[in-house]
Amino acid sequence: MGLRRGHRARPGEWIIEKLIQAVGLSTIGLMVLILVFVGREALPVLMGRINTALVQPILPSKEIDSIPRDALRSYLELSRSQFEGMDRETLMAMMEAREEGFRDIPESFRADPDATVNTADWRRLLLPRQWTGYSRPEFVWQPVGTIHKYNLVPLLVGSLKVTLMGLLFAVPLSLGAALYVSQLAPVRFREWIKPMIELLAGIPSVVLGVFCLLVLSGVLQSFFGYQFRLNALVAGIGLGLTAVPLIFTIAEDSFTSVPRGYVQASLSLGASPWQAAWQIVLPSAMPGVVAAMILGFGRCLGETMVVLMASGNASMLSWSLFDSTRSMTATIAAEMAEAVSGGGHYRMLFLLGTLLFAISFVTHLIGDQIVRRLRRRLGGMA
Amino acid sequence: MGLLGRLLAGEITVKGSDTLVVLAQRWAETYMAGHPGTRIQVTGGGTGTGFAALQNQTTDICTASRRMKARELETCIRTFRKRPAEHAVAMDGLSVYVNPSNPVRELSLEDLREVFTGRITNWRDLGGADAPITLYSRESSSGTYEFFKDRVLSGRDFAPTTQTLQGTAQVIQAVGQDRQGIGYGGAAYGSGTKTLGIARTRGGMAVEPNEKTVHSGEYPVSRYLYCYVNPSTDRPEITDFLGWIRGPEGQSLVRDVGYYPLPVRRD
Repeated sequence: MGLRRGHRARPGEWIIEKLIQAVGLSTIGLMVLILVFVGREALPVLMGRINTALVQPILPSKEIDSIPRDALRSYLELSRSQFEGMDRETLMAMMEAREEGFRDIPESFRADPDATVNTADWRRLLLPRQWTGYSRPEFVWQPVGTIHKYNLVPLLVGSLKVTLMGLLFAVPLSLGAALYVSQLAPVRFREWIKPMIELLAGIPSVVLGVFCLLVLSGVLQSFFGYQFRLNALVAGIGLGLTAVPLIFTIAEDSFTSVPRGYVQASLSLGASPWQAAWQIVLPSAMPGVVAAMILGFGRCLGETMVVLMASGNASMLSWSLFDSTRSMTATIAAEMAEAVSGGGHYRMLFLLGTLLFAISFVTHLIGDQIVRRLRRRLGGMA
Repeated sequence: MGLLGRLLAGEITVKGSDTLVVLAQRWAETYMAGHPGTRIQVTGGGTGTGFAALQNQTTDICTASRRMKARELETCIRTFRKRPAEHAVAMDGLSVYVNPSNPVRELSLEDLREVFTGRITNWRDLGGADAPITLYSRESSSGTYEFFKDRVLSGRDFAPTTQTLQGTAQVIQAVGQDRQGIGYGGAAYGSGTKTLGIARTRGGMAVEPNEKTVHSGEYPVSRYLYCYVNPSTDRPEITDFLGWIRGPEGQSLVRDVGYYPLPVRRD
């Protein structure tokens, strides 16, 4: 090849390089597309363009001929082309369906002050309200029924509660295991214990969910004696189990990549292996440990099946670990099948999806900053 | 395979309610055995999913454990230019279960409402032991949840402590393990727990769900189960299948699965 360099010299490699580049970029493109799709469905809620009040003005179908055509079109929420293509009979049928919907509202709800409230308003989503029948203002997520209540706070708290419980369980366990495997364990022991822990990642989360639902919940209940058999503690431990292999793998890698010289230097100065591991290796691997925890957080926040099965899914606002909990992911999974496509509930579920994305994006961003800062400090030390 | 392909193959797709999926499968198997030219595919996914599929014309028949809502009706008319046809295909009496060790045998509708909205929180107030009540409910996506909320709670909200589980089988399993538990679900599943009698009013006569009380309307929490068809893609084999379901052969299978057949006086 001589001095000729670059793609001219090796057209085959050039093609491979471009192919890999295309694959990489298309992954990013795919992510953006998904976000656009999810965000687009949630957009009308964010823009405040959606009205989910129970009682809405009705145009009587008898007066179909005297209603201006534009008013009729916007009343039936039709696009111009849809409207043009419809005959009088179809329009009539749609207006009658509207009227039937109105007639189906139980008498007792028509005069209810809640009936004219737009439940998709941001204040209803985030602030408590004293709904009819409640003795004080409360955060209520009851999206199905006569009056749809979409307060997001119980779900946000629920998600964070089980996620933090999951981390509380998984982080000490997996960091301890990683430190032991990488620093203290005899080599032959390490060779089989590491794959064993990583094998945990191969257990489908639905299996862990069943385990929590049928076995763990009963054991913990008879031990602690609390009322709710399925609760944030059970779900958190299940989540922790899904996160252990992830946190373990990344932490173990970062412990192993601490230069051997550090350990050898401290050992030769008289430190015990434990002191070297705890005071030298752990602090030097801190960026990797933080990264592992951030990824573990994302894993716990996004995990669906375990929470769906083991948390009891009661949408109550409480920070107690022994209360049943409803997470955002479980809500989406459980309710999407029945949500009327394009309706208020459907858009709320997409809003939850967008929120989940936003939370994990911000966490990763903050985590990244922490990791950078730690690296810089460690670099200064060295 | 498009609509044309299905048409040629004599294939019928059925999609919708999870409550009805077992029954629909039984119907399909038995019907196919007697009609070799027809193939029927049954899937669940939920009543709402079924309605969406009906509207997208990816299913011929949509099974439903509740009636179509005005909003869904409107979207269907928007795409079909006609109202979808509704056929009642079976009846279901919603049962309320407690743990077999619970001394409470019957409750009134009013008691149930107070219990599930969180006003009564102790079994002591219902003649049971002094222990807190644990509420188990179906997921809000099920037609059963909505029916219970409308009919028993008069549209009021479930207590926030209500745990929602994935399917009636899970509710039964939970109530079976929990001495303080109470839950509800379709009549099809009531084993391993105790089914309560329900009275319309406090002090009234409590009625157990069975075919007689469901048909006469004495049992206060019963409902129809439905099939919906898009009128513009209706084909002879679909009409025939639906007619067969509503006829004696189809209705006898309803009883086997644990629901109640349609009352005879209906057409």
